[in-house]
Amino acid sequence: MKHIISVLVENEFGVLARVAGLFSGRGFNIESLSVAPTLDPAISRMTIVTHGDERILEQINKQLHKLINTIRVIDFTGQDRVEREMALIKVSAEEDTRAEVLRIADIFRAKVVDVAPRCYTIEVTGTPGKVEAIVELLKPMGIRELVRTGPVVLGRGPKVVEK
Amino acid sequence: MKMTGSKILLECLRLEGVETVFGFPGGTVINIYDDLVDSPIHHILTRHEQAAVHAADGYARATGKVGVVIATSGPGATNTVTGIATAYMDSVPLVVITGQVPTPLIGNDAFQEADIVGITRPITKHNYLVKDIQDLCRIIKEAFFIARTGRPGPVLIDFPKDIQVTSANFDYPETVSLPGYKPTYSGNLRQVEKAVKMILAAKHPVIYVGGGANTPDAARWLHQLAETLEIPLTTTLMGMGAFPKKHPLSLGMLGMHGTYYANMAVTEADLLVAVGARFDDRVTGSVPHFAPHAKIIHIDIDPTSIKKNVRVDLPIVGDLHDVLEKIVTQLAEFPEEMKRAREETASWRSRIAAWKESHPVRYTPSSLVIKPQFVIEKLRELAPDDAIITTEVGQHQMWTAQFFDFSRPRTFLTSGGLGTMGFGLPAALGAQVAFPERRVIDISGDGSFQMNSQELATLVQFQLPVKIVILNNNYLGMVRQWQQLFFQRRYSQTVLEVPIDFVKLAEAYGAVGFSVSRPDEVEETIRRAFDVPGPVIMEFKVEREENVVPMVPAGKALNEMVLSS
Ligand SMILES: Cc1ncc(C[n+]2csc(CCOP(=O)(O)OP(=O)(O)O)c2C)c(N)n1
Ligand SMILES: [Mg+2]
Repeated sequence: MKHIISVLVENEFGVLARVAGLFSGRGFNIESLSVAPTLDPAISRMTIVTHGDERILEQINKQLHKLINTIRVIDFTGQDRVEREMALIKVSAEEDTRAEVLRIADIFRAKVVDVAPRCYTIEVTGTPGKVEAIVELLKPMGIRELVRTGPVVLGRGPKVVEK
Repeated sequence: MKMTGSKILLECLRLEGVETVFGFPGGTVINIYDDLVDSPIHHILTRHEQAAVHAADGYARATGKVGVVIATSGPGATNTVTGIATAYMDSVPLVVITGQVPTPLIGNDAFQEADIVGITRPITKHNYLVKDIQDLCRIIKEAFFIARTGRPGPVLIDFPKDIQVTSANFDYPETVSLPGYKPTYSGNLRQVEKAVKMILAAKHPVIYVGGGANTPDAARWLHQLAETLEIPLTTTLMGMGAFPKKHPLSLGMLGMHGTYYANMAVTEADLLVAVGARFDDRVTGSVPHFAPHAKIIHIDIDPTSIKKNVRVDLPIVGDLHDVLEKIVTQLAEFPEEMKRAREETASWRSRIAAWKESHPVRYTPSSLVIKPQFVIEKLRELAPDDAIITTEVGQHQMWTAQFFDFSRPRTFLTSGGLGTMGFGLPAALGAQVAFPERRVIDISGDGSFQMNSQELATLVQFQLPVKIVILNNNYLGMVRQWQQLFFQRRYSQTVLEVPIDFVKLAEAYGAVGFSVSRPDEVEETIRRAFDVPGPVIMEFKVEREENVVPMVPAGKALNEMVLSS
């Protein structure tokens, strides 16, 4: 089952390696990971997506908690949340496909952020599902390169996790 | 006042109450060693960095204080790894200080550079690289705090050479600020109430005690809990000593080489109260068949231990002595129920007594050849109650656990979690440094002894009267036993072919050695060894193919013990 976990950590060198080590040490793959400082620059927030059964995930959550540099761990699985990711897609734009590429971008409210002869770079933001969908539609046009940020997530409503 | 990094380190150690450090010098710690000359801190020079860590570990296990190690960068640092992992697995508080190449060279594959912070990340509770002299005092303060609080463990500080010679103002902080680390927990009262109800309702209760409870504080409350309700109690290898083995309620050890009655009691129990234990696979055997009829209460300081291996009906996270005290205090409010519970569990205790009677811990004695168990029995007779026993890993370790009657916390020092051959001798060394007046004995196998035998030199140099018992079977006996039972006696690489003259070996180092092969010489030899003021090796040539029984074959249920070989 897919899990999406936010971890607030002290913004220090080595912390990422500790977190990653907890997963790799148990033969677990991190599907995506994004890290950046929070409002308080001394604290970073990681958003981690992984797959695994409940028992192992509970163990990982506890182990994450146990790291000295970890301040909070929130498992957003099954929680009401806003989840967004961004992708940059470099896609072929030939004479006969250019219009279709633009049309698809438009439908997904994606932006063309770089134009080269016979090639557009498109920026799209949305749920992972939406990013998935535009990628599928653009594939027949010839995707040359793709980069995704992995999702970031906040709980819905006024409640916050940062102090 | 301005001081160099290396002087600051030693001053911080002093303020932490460190009297003794164990270590081995080298290029990147040479400044620290120079400053040690003028420091009140006592340094024990082991002959290998692994041994320095085990010695600090033995010191810590015996005293409850933080053990401290100094090693140089590169090979010195990597030599500490097995020692650190050993301490980590058994939750022993250590602070290990390694030298590191100067900061501008880090990452350049400089001479004697190893990324020891990276290497030890999964085997330390926490670790640090000192990048700025301004952080040094805070890091040392935090390291000691983290090592000794909560579930204790080793902390490593990697200390680059250039920072050791940089000067800064010395200002040791009074407190630590670690927003993500809350090490002390008081047990939740509602959970405690539930536990009290469950304990009072149980008809077949068993208390199962691990290394977490092997402290004088926890042991005192444990004793009260067991006695007020007359609940039978079993310990793991690590819990040995938390409860006197000779106590009528004691079931001895459970698990792979546990007693028949402990394993039967756990299998038949309707309530298991786990205290500071972690349900290791050597304890549970086949997990689905472990305590199949029991509700499980799990009391532990470390939430990650709970529900890791087995289902738990009632978790209580907290300091053991706090939780146990609360349980005992609450129980006292129900005198009637306690009386009833004691009555209702009487038949359970008789059943256990019958198991004890039919299947005591035993072996077949011999008047021709020394049985290893016989040596342990003699040691038990002749050693004082407060003797500190260390072991290596193998059959001799299990026989020690089975046949020695431990009665006090912190008297049995053994590598339970990692199972490190070579642990016992340096651990005994460390314990003897902590308690020069007490009897310290390393019970060893011929194989394990050779993994750190160089420490004889340290024993002689520092006049540490450790008594080493080698149960010599000329085998890597524990592995041989498995090969006999599960690999049709194909003794692949477990026969230690070359006979070693352990007496000469002892003498080569300036120690004393005895070697005997007749049962009637055993007692006399032990007495003579105890009379020698310095370190002694006692080699007992024992029955070569004696097996450790009972034995639960790996993956089997606890009640599927092999009872004789
Ligand atoms: C460092 C290390 N290497 C290998 C092992 C695997 N091992 C466990 S017990 C054992 C045999 C130990 O032989 P010995 O010390 O002679 O003890 P005995 O079993 O004969 O009493 C071995 C090789 C280990 N536990 N530790
Ligand atoms: Mg042997």
